[in-house]
Amino acid sequence: MEKLLRNNTFSGWLMATPLTIVLIIFLVLPIIMIVVVSFWQATEFSIIPAFDLENYEFLFGSPVTYKVFLNTFKYAAITWFFTLTIGFTVAYFLAFHVRSLTWQIALFLLCTIPFWTSNIIRMISWIPFLGRNGIANSALISWGVIDEPLEWLLFSDFAVILAFVHLYTLFMVVPIFNTMMRIDRSLIEAARDAGATGVQILWNVIIPLTKPGIMIGTIFVVTLVMGDFITVRFMSGSQSANVGRLISNDIALLAYPSAAATAVVLLLTVLIVIGVLLRFVDIRKEL
Amino acid sequence: MKDKSTELELISVTKRYGTTYAVNAISHHFKPASYTCLLGPSGCGKSSTLRMIAGHETVSDGAILLGDRDISKLPPAKRGTAMMFQNYALFPHLTVTDNVAFSLKMKGTEQKQRRAAALEMLELVDLTNLADRLPDQLSGGQQQRVALARALITRPSMLLLDEPLSALDPFLRIRMRTELKKLQQELGISFLHVTHGQDEALALADEIVVMNNAVIEQTGPARDVFNAPKTEFVARFMGGHNVLALPEGHFAIRADAVGLTTADTGKLEASVTAVEYQGTHVSVTARGMGDQEITAVVADRLFFDNPKNPGDRVGLIWEPQDLHKLAN
Repeated sequence: MEKLLRNNTFSGWLMATPLTIVLIIFLVLPIIMIVVVSFWQATEFSIIPAFDLENYEFLFGSPVTYKVFLNTFKYAAITWFFTLTIGFTVAYFLAFHVRSLTWQIALFLLCTIPFWTSNIIRMISWIPFLGRNGIANSALISWGVIDEPLEWLLFSDFAVILAFVHLYTLFMVVPIFNTMMRIDRSLIEAARDAGATGVQILWNVIIPLTKPGIMIGTIFVVTLVMGDFITVRFMSGSQSANVGRLISNDIALLAYPSAAATAVVLLLTVLIVIGVLLRFVDIRKEL
Repeated sequence: MKDKSTELELISVTKRYGTTYAVNAISHHFKPASYTCLLGPSGCGKSSTLRMIAGHETVSDGAILLGDRDISKLPPAKRGTAMMFQNYALFPHLTVTDNVAFSLKMKGTEQKQRRAAALEMLELVDLTNLADRLPDQLSGGQQQRVALARALITRPSMLLLDEPLSALDPFLRIRMRTELKKLQQELGISFLHVTHGQDEALALADEIVVMNNAVIEQTGPARDVFNAPKTEFVARFMGGHNVLALPEGHFAIRADAVGLTTADTGKLEASVTAVEYQGTHVSVTARGMGDQEITAVVADRLFFDNPKNPGDRVGLIWEPQDLHKLAN
């Protein structure tokens, strides 16, 4: 036994075992379960174990699927654009304009304060603000900017994306800020020494060196938006759909095999998106 | 040929942070096309001085003239200086060629011309075969040459080097300093090199500027500064010197100018506290009058003809002209 423990390969495996077990039970097995169930048959009142492609046939045969997937991509793309723009700006300000570390930490913590409450509460708190008689509309009317309340503020794609951006911008700020803090400040001086203007430094030095952080933030935001269902339901007032809602509706109808099939397709889609993203940027240095 | 545009003059240059002075009203005229070393311990203001000349630090007071032009308010790239950074500050995402051509790209030069100019510079530092590598794939010495090429491509009148050799291993350091000196002579521009190593300064500099506590302590050709330190600080910092407190005042004397003799015939009686064999010579430390420690560096043959041991009484002798009176 003692000899066995001294063997490096064996003790290596032994050390990896607990995490492996946790991952198998809580990650691998559930995914296998979902894949298996996605081939089962379902009727209105029963679920029958089988190997049948009808869930997938129905999914790929229905125009609704394509529309909903397209909508999900649209949310992901627009949210990505805004979180990136805002996140990059905030991170840039924190990393390069705030000089003292104390202030950097203080302002960074300030950014995280909204995250001390739950997602749902932050989402719902938009409703009295954006509603027909909400704060936004009454303020705009009292300033004389508009005569009638804006209908598209709440229960619209605008509201969905606003909530997404609000919820997920921090996931962009953190990795970008982290990467920016690792940029050697003498590189900026070297660029200035070579005659680069502020914009040229941003474009030729800071953005290329921040790419891994941008990519990690992108992966966070894209996966979170593509997997979300509750934000879309609340903020669109059940008028818009994404893939997450498709799945949640199926589950509500106890159509588990159909939900599982949609989940598998969503999972593959997200994996492909991430795979494509990772081909552009090498994030290994950041991990 | 000495180009007037490579002549640097500092006029009462000051750098203040609140009420503390990093650099306190220093004035100095640097000879054109010369290799100058700014020497001093860390925190003495030498780096701040260099960074003010480069334009990476604002000047609180005073003027910096380069070739009769006051450059103290100009942006770094308009000064006619180029800086080589301590850790080289190469752009990790750009190839060697792109790093070298960076300043030309910022100026909007065509890519073809850029590459040609960069290759020419890489030839100068003997790196053409590594032109497509990334900085990560280079050794420390190679990275330094890239940094050198990148600084020189702007055709500066003056190259500013911030502790350029400190990141290299001792062997490479000695090789690179020979190359730096050679390059300076070939290009005929001024090099201003900040260092805290006196051996580096002695080996390289036409002129040494010793700084301490935000002011210049002493300037002069390497040999003069080493042989005749004017202050106790310079004597101690340059090393190889004893500072003697004699009834007539404080004096500096080179350790190798102190000789050993019998206790009663020396100018100063002392007892040996340590003997260190150093190959070509032996360093004997003795404690004498007023508890001062004095080191005598004696040629090894001379020492072993008449060896001493710790505890022995000895007499210390020297020639009067080797004593240099210190200020204060």
